[in-house]
Amino acid sequence: AVSTTSIPWRSSKSIQLLHKRDFCLGVLPDGVDRNSEAFAQNSKAMEGLISQLQSHINKVLAGGGEEAVKRNRKRNKLLPRERIDKLIDPGSSFLELSQLAGHELYGETLPSGGIITGIGPVHGRLCMFVANDPTVKGGTYYPITVKKHLRAQEIAAQCKLPCIYLVDSGGAFLPKQAEVFPDKDNFGRIFYNQAVMSAEGIPQIALVLGSCTAGGAYIPAMADESVMVKGNATIFLAGPPLVKAATGEEVTAEDLGGASVHCKTSGVSDYFAQDELHGLALGRNIVKNLHMAGKQGVMNGLHNLNPEYKEPLYDEKELRSIAPIDHKQAFDIRSVIARIVDGSEFDEFKKQYGTTLVTGFARIFGQPVGILGNNGILFNESALKGAHFIELCTQRNIPLVFLQNITGFMVGSRSEANGIAKSGAKMVMAVSCAKVPKITIMVGGSFGAGNYAMCGRAYSPNFLFLWPNAKISVMGGAQAASVLSQIESGNKKKQGIQWTEEEQENFKSKITEAYEREGNCYYSTARLWDDGIIDPADTRKIIGFCISASLNRPLEDTKYGVFRM
Amino acid sequence: ESSPHGTETTSRIEKILIANRGEIACRIMRTAKRLGIRTVAVYSDADRDSLHVKSADEAVHIGPPPARLSYLNGSAIVEAAIRTGAQAIHPGYGFLSESSDFATLCEEKGLTFIGPPASAIQDMGDKSASKRIMGAAGVPLVPGYHGSEQDIELMKSEADRIGYPVLIKPTHGGGGKGMRIVKTPNEFVDSFLGAQREAAASFGINTILLEKYITKPRHIEVQIFGDKHGNVLHLYERDCSVQRRHQKIIEEAPAPNVMNDFRSHLGQAAVSAAKAVGYHNAGTVEFIVDTVSGQFYFMEMNTRLQVEHPVTEMIVGQDLVEWQISVANGEPLPINQSQVPLLGHAFEARIYAENVPKGFLPATGVLHHYRPVPVSPTVRVETGVEQGDTVSMHYDPMIAKLVVSGENRSAALVKLKDCLSKFQVAGVPTNINFLQKLADHREFENGNVETHFIEHYKDDLFTDPNNLTRAKETYDNARFSATLVAACLCEKEHSTIKSSLPGTNGLLPIWYSHPPFRAHYQASRTMELELENEYDGSSSDFFTFSITYQSDGNYLIETEEVNSPGLGVKATLLHNQDFRVETDGVSMDVSLSAYSKDKIKHIHLWHGSHHYHFRQKLELDLSDDNEIQQNTNFETASHPPGTVVAPMAGLVVKVLVMDGTKVEEGQPILVLEAMKMEHVVKAPFTGHVHGLKVTAGQQVSDRSPLFSVKNMISLQNAWKHLSSYYMTVCPIYIAL
Repeated sequence: AVSTTSIPWRSSKSIQLLHKRDFCLGVLPDGVDRNSEAFAQNSKAMEGLISQLQSHINKVLAGGGEEAVKRNRKRNKLLPRERIDKLIDPGSSFLELSQLAGHELYGETLPSGGIITGIGPVHGRLCMFVANDPTVKGGTYYPITVKKHLRAQEIAAQCKLPCIYLVDSGGAFLPKQAEVFPDKDNFGRIFYNQAVMSAEGIPQIALVLGSCTAGGAYIPAMADESVMVKGNATIFLAGPPLVKAATGEEVTAEDLGGASVHCKTSGVSDYFAQDELHGLALGRNIVKNLHMAGKQGVMNGLHNLNPEYKEPLYDEKELRSIAPIDHKQAFDIRSVIARIVDGSEFDEFKKQYGTTLVTGFARIFGQPVGILGNNGILFNESALKGAHFIELCTQRNIPLVFLQNITGFMVGSRSEANGIAKSGAKMVMAVSCAKVPKITIMVGGSFGAGNYAMCGRAYSPNFLFLWPNAKISVMGGAQAASVLSQIESGNKKKQGIQWTEEEQENFKSKITEAYEREGNCYYSTARLWDDGIIDPADTRKIIGFCISASLNRPLEDTKYGVFRM
Repeated sequence: ESSPHGTETTSRIEKILIANRGEIACRIMRTAKRLGIRTVAVYSDADRDSLHVKSADEAVHIGPPPARLSYLNGSAIVEAAIRTGAQAIHPGYGFLSESSDFATLCEEKGLTFIGPPASAIQDMGDKSASKRIMGAAGVPLVPGYHGSEQDIELMKSEADRIGYPVLIKPTHGGGGKGMRIVKTPNEFVDSFLGAQREAAASFGINTILLEKYITKPRHIEVQIFGDKHGNVLHLYERDCSVQRRHQKIIEEAPAPNVMNDFRSHLGQAAVSAAKAVGYHNAGTVEFIVDTVSGQFYFMEMNTRLQVEHPVTEMIVGQDLVEWQISVANGEPLPINQSQVPLLGHAFEARIYAENVPKGFLPATGVLHHYRPVPVSPTVRVETGVEQGDTVSMHYDPMIAKLVVSGENRSAALVKLKDCLSKFQVAGVPTNINFLQKLADHREFENGNVETHFIEHYKDDLFTDPNNLTRAKETYDNARFSATLVAACLCEKEHSTIKSSLPGTNGLLPIWYSHPPFRAHYQASRTMELELENEYDGSSSDFFTFSITYQSDGNYLIETEEVNSPGLGVKATLLHNQDFRVETDGVSMDVSLSAYSKDKIKHIHLWHGSHHYHFRQKLELDLSDDNEIQQNTNFETASHPPGTVVAPMAGLVVKVLVMDGTKVEEGQPILVLEAMKMEHVVKAPFTGHVHGLKVTAGQQVSDRSPLFSVKNMISLQNAWKHLSSYYMTVCPIYIAL
């Protein structure tokens, strides 16, 4: 209502008022009834889940057991997380990935899969850390260890993060060589990745802090720069026992492949460290001198970043009280968004259309994001809306955040007739091709094609984290049991076999049980179907870290395939 | 510019040269500036960047650091005054302030010497002469012998007359040099001869005087002031009894526990003393007061403005430097005796760079952190240094004078203690802690001061390492302080890193949010601090802390010691070095200063009345790989000692000596040609050449032995020579 001629007279106060009104537009309501029974139940249930998670975590934080830790200390070696603490900037954060990899995966325990990975800043530069845990099976590579190492490299390649390998490993775990050695995504891929990343200018740095035998020897050898620690570090293709067996030569590990040999004579390593602390300090120094390596054309965040951001209006801790454990019970995803985004401000897109998918613009730590959250089954309209919104964000270079709580696409004759498969395909196409950073958080169920449309693991989100209540499977256990028992019943009928009610119930419950077990978040995280299980209260922070790491690369234009119209 | 030569002193002073340095130079300039008088500083090489140089309108370089070549070089100073057109010279204290020659020189050159007449300086400079004059003027003197006859028998009988204990003292000089206390007659001869020798060595004159030695004396001095019109008044007395190494460290005015009529008697005696030598300008008459008898005796007169003059200024509300200038201008004193007010009580504490437990030995070093207390109408800080300055060995190690005043003695004392605890100096050891202990002592609080105060109460004032209760208490306090240091260092580091982030990645700061994020556990770190015992330089207590960043932003700080629960500390950085820390429900201000010296990080913490100094090892020296450097140069194990091998494959083009020849270190032996270049192979050390079999034209392979040099005597040293030889001379390989 201000005419253009009056601009010189317009006071700054009125401008402020105008802005203020703008800001108020998208502020989400609280959306949580703290006095409700559901609130209390959800809180209690989540509390149980978190404490269960914490107890699992506490076990892996202890590494490979008291004895192994003691032996490690005796050699003046730190534990892998302590090593990383000394490498990252003092007092800075570390986003550890897949802490529970290998959880109940093998007959024996393999804390954190025997390798610690994660992202943290060194001299203000985000780096990917890959640290063997020598206290866990001598740091050897189990299949899941390889998978975790490769996942870390995948993130590093995707985000162009310098890689720091803290090598202290006996190499491949020989009894499982068939699952570790030969395939494409097996041990050899580690060195392939090093070569390819180095070619792209992503620095590869190896700090050899312990043994580094056989195939593992290629980690420092393939690195751009490497450090070895006197006394503890050794690099050789074959250790003293194998050398003696092969050639009869008797030689100590230090003389065969110690720091002096490789820093003075062979040139396999570049920096000689007096002890481990010195080695870690040298590692920091290498990063300090990276300068522009791997940084050509990096935009480093989007230009409309608002440095003065507001915290959410509502307590982030209440995120522990929103999601019900029973996935059949719905909850408004907006109450989650309200506790994640700056000032709880969320400008919703197409609010009245396709209401089971909530889409809209917000900021997280000042960084604009586009959020897609489920508020029920995906219908035709919701899928079309999702595809539309993703197109908007990719055009604007806005990172996408998916908050998954999805039981799937709507089924039934009407839905099929309306072309739900076509609509779903549009959304899947949009998700697949989107080249902006994508972060997925599973805050509830993740079932069926909903997992695809909402950027499940197969859609290469930059990061994917689970809440402790998350469940992942192709469909619900009950549905699967019902489907399979119907087929089984049909088969039996054809064969003329009588199937008692009891037998049928038994059949069903077995399937339900299996789905329950395999859909559990621990089953997922143990196999690295995700990057870790998080405390819901940390969601905002972790999305922030993920976006920060993801924006560490140049912008890319999105090109879509053929949308089926 | 009109030359000051020959101008009458009736023209007022418009420009002053200050023939001094440090705090007194700064202090004089301050008054001069207020009066609109321009200032000229003089400085030695050591003071090029000093505060007194920066504070002056002009500054003139007068010579190298040693005082006798600069600040005692009267002619250079006078010349500087003439060059800059100063009409007057203020000598400050020390240096040339009590040199009658200098005062005379000034007058001869037409410069006003801001101080007493040269004759008065001379009269009072000779202690025996001054006592004769004083005695004649009726000023009470300590029973003694001041005769020129120095026969030892006579001296002995004089001593017996005076009565023991007797003080033996050279007539010239000061600072306690050559002084002896003789308690019994049979010690007399040895002490007397010793004093004579020392006096001769120090002052060139070995005349000695004898005095009654007063066992429990007080040092009380009276500030007097005279003008050129014959007026002399006194500005009350100062008590300067608390001394170490015969130098004052705490002075106060007026003297405590003194009756009013005693005060006026003392003042009268001082005025009489000044009048007896025709005194004008500022002066101080020192008396020794026998606390047992209540008698006072004239000791000496200081013909200058004294170090401790500010305490007098505080209680009379006058600026004595301003008085000095106006007297030098020929003006009468601004007030008369009855108009001199007495406003409360004032203390001065002298803050020195010194090693208190090592007998108050002067200390030198860089003032890495220097933050005196803020000044106010009741708090003065007289200082000549700034943070970053060096306290050098060339001059007095006084850092500052802290002067406080209050309505009465106890009010002033409260303020003194508070100011001392907040006076922050780091980089050099100081006496601040000792001054605090002095000020805290109950006998000092009661005003029971005497010149042997420190000696008398040394058990209370010095830390006894064998006192276990005290040691435990000290340890506990130190540990608590170390805990606060740990929290503050983490907080400081955090803010430093956050503010120094490269501004490229917009979201980068969230990685540095507080507390640092960890997935399902709390970030922690360890920190080692070593308590630096400033007093004996030794460090005995090590603290190893585990610091956990708690989710509420507090630090949980734990030690490995048993029975010491962790302490939660919240530290908030207020400004640069100031923090507010909260622990166990109590919050307080602390200051922290950190600097690096010799690869050690020094951290100082001030909280409450405590000041602690900790050391922390700096991060490793990244270039520290000498070990491997040394080993890479020689691959010589397979050859006998002294063997010289071919540096590379090549052709021998020339052999310069015969086998068996004695050669000098570095002497060319043969010439090799390889890679199109000639390489001269030289003798690694002096000795005889052995096994030189190669001849010109012969091809030698890489590292084949060429010859050896043998010298039985120097073989042990050969390695040393070799190392440096190889670095610099030529590429040959030698086996030892």
